Amino acid sequence: MAKYLLLKHYRGAPASVNDVPMDRWMPAEIEAHVQYMNNFAARLQRSGEFVDSQALAPEGTWVRSDGEGKPPVTDGPFAETKDLIAGWMIIDVDSYERAVELAGELSAAPGAGGEPIHEWLEVRPFMTAAPTVLE
Amino acid sequence: MADDVVDEAQLRDLIPGVLAALVRRGVDFAAAEDAVQEALVRAVETWPTRRLDEPKGWLITTARRCFVDLARSDTARRHRELRVSDEPPPGPAASMDETLRLYFLCAHPSLSPASAVALTLRAVGGLTTRQIAQAYLVPETTMAQRILRAKRTVSDVRLDRSGDLRTVLRVLYLVFNEGYSGDVDLAAEAIRLARQLAATTDDVEVAGLLALFLLHHARRPARTRADGSLVPLSDQDRSLWRRDLITEGVAVLQAALARDWLGEYQAQAAIAALHADAPTADETDWVQIVEWYDELVRLTDSPVVRLNRAVAVSEADGPQAGLAALGELDSTLPRYTASSAYLHERAGDLATAARLYAEAAAQAHNLAERNHLTLRAATLNQRLSDGDC
Repeated sequence: MAKYLLLKHYRGAPASVNDVPMDRWMPAEIEAHVQYMNNFAARLQRSGEFVDSQALAPEGTWVRSDGEGKPPVTDGPFAETKDLIAGWMIIDVDSYERAVELAGELSAAPGAGGEPIHEWLEVRPFMTAAPTVLE
Repeated sequence: MADDVVDEAQLRDLIPGVLAALVRRGVDFAAAEDAVQEALVRAVETWPTRRLDEPKGWLITTARRCFVDLARSDTARRHRELRVSDEPPPGPAASMDETLRLYFLCAHPSLSPASAVALTLRAVGGLTTRQIAQAYLVPETTMAQRILRAKRTVSDVRLDRSGDLRTVLRVLYLVFNEGYSGDVDLAAEAIRLARQLAATTDDVEVAGLLALFLLHHARRPARTRADGSLVPLSDQDRSLWRRDLITEGVAVLQAALARDWLGEYQAQAAIAALHADAPTADETDWVQIVEWYDELVRLTDSPVVRLNRAVAVSEADGPQAGLAALGELDSTLPRYTASSAYLHERAGDLATAARLYAEAAAQAHNLAERNHLTLRAATLNQRLSDGDC
């Protein structure tokens, strides 16, 4: 098994095929979308491939140390041009192919007009623990 | 565990008294708390097969044995073992005052809110560390460490000094507001603890808080749809509201108000009671609700209360009055934009309302609220494009 992060962006990803802001969808389309997302997570829980799913608020701040005895330096909120993560799902699957397959399904969540959004999701493999047997 | 033999909530009601009994016999709080947890585990294993006449006495005896076992396994604690072995057999059950002192200890001002919540749920509530960790979505080791540090922090606090009831009420309020996830219903747990606290003290604000919990909990079956989406108060199916909880909440509140010592929890409960009293949303007595918000502003001077008051004013005196009240507030307040969107919608300015709902959705801090606000924006945008304005 290998863990993958399916990463969704508010900004910074290439534009979706069906790229309409959500508040311009029909109300029933929003309900269908939410239902699809709930069902997707529930299905992965049943198949034993779900690990975690979280959403992030859109605001954020850069922070770095400014040396001992001084408060950290902050810079933010993020500039409009910054790549902005919206949330993620972590899955634990048998293969890279399966991770890509699931990301494809998630990307096909219904959007405006009831058509799949075809949004771009980032698939990132987790670093693993060092194996016990090397030779 | 067979429910007909051991009722877990009933079992946990005994915890504060058992813990207090051990502490009274000279066992330090942290060790006593460990022993009581161990005794609880044994109770759950033992009781289904054996009915007991004196469950509390059994728990005290078992917890004492567990303490001796734990102390024995730790040579550094041998002196304590000897001391406890010399103790007389368990005396009468711990008094209510001791229960109250445990609440004070677990909500001690030296603890952070998160630590006070965790310690209260474990030491007074009798929940396991695993249950608390699941409820707050943190790893069990993290929660265990938080509880351990909290116990160390209060280990030097003397149990016989009276504490501040306000901090206890704030802790219970935090527990209630967390809602529920995992297998522990934190709202129900907060109600259970508030009931227990109300039985130990005649403080009117304890009664006010209990009434507030009951009246809000009564709405829970109507508050979300099967898919988890939020249903606003005005759209809720009121036949789903729990009449039993409303009746109890109103009775608790009326008894408290009759004592003429108003506090913020009683005022909040009074507002909830007025909603509970309205057979339909249209029949809500908004004029009286605004009066209660005025009381709340006087008691708390909280900007969040002023924001809610502005919404109530719009219901009582029209959306323009509500918008005027809103205009006096800081626009960076949480939910300001969502409230502003709602008031503009009520005033018939659908384009502004739709824009503000979308803006509020982007600021929302939970998904259910974000979805709800996005849906409002979409609904208004659709009406606008259909020419319905």
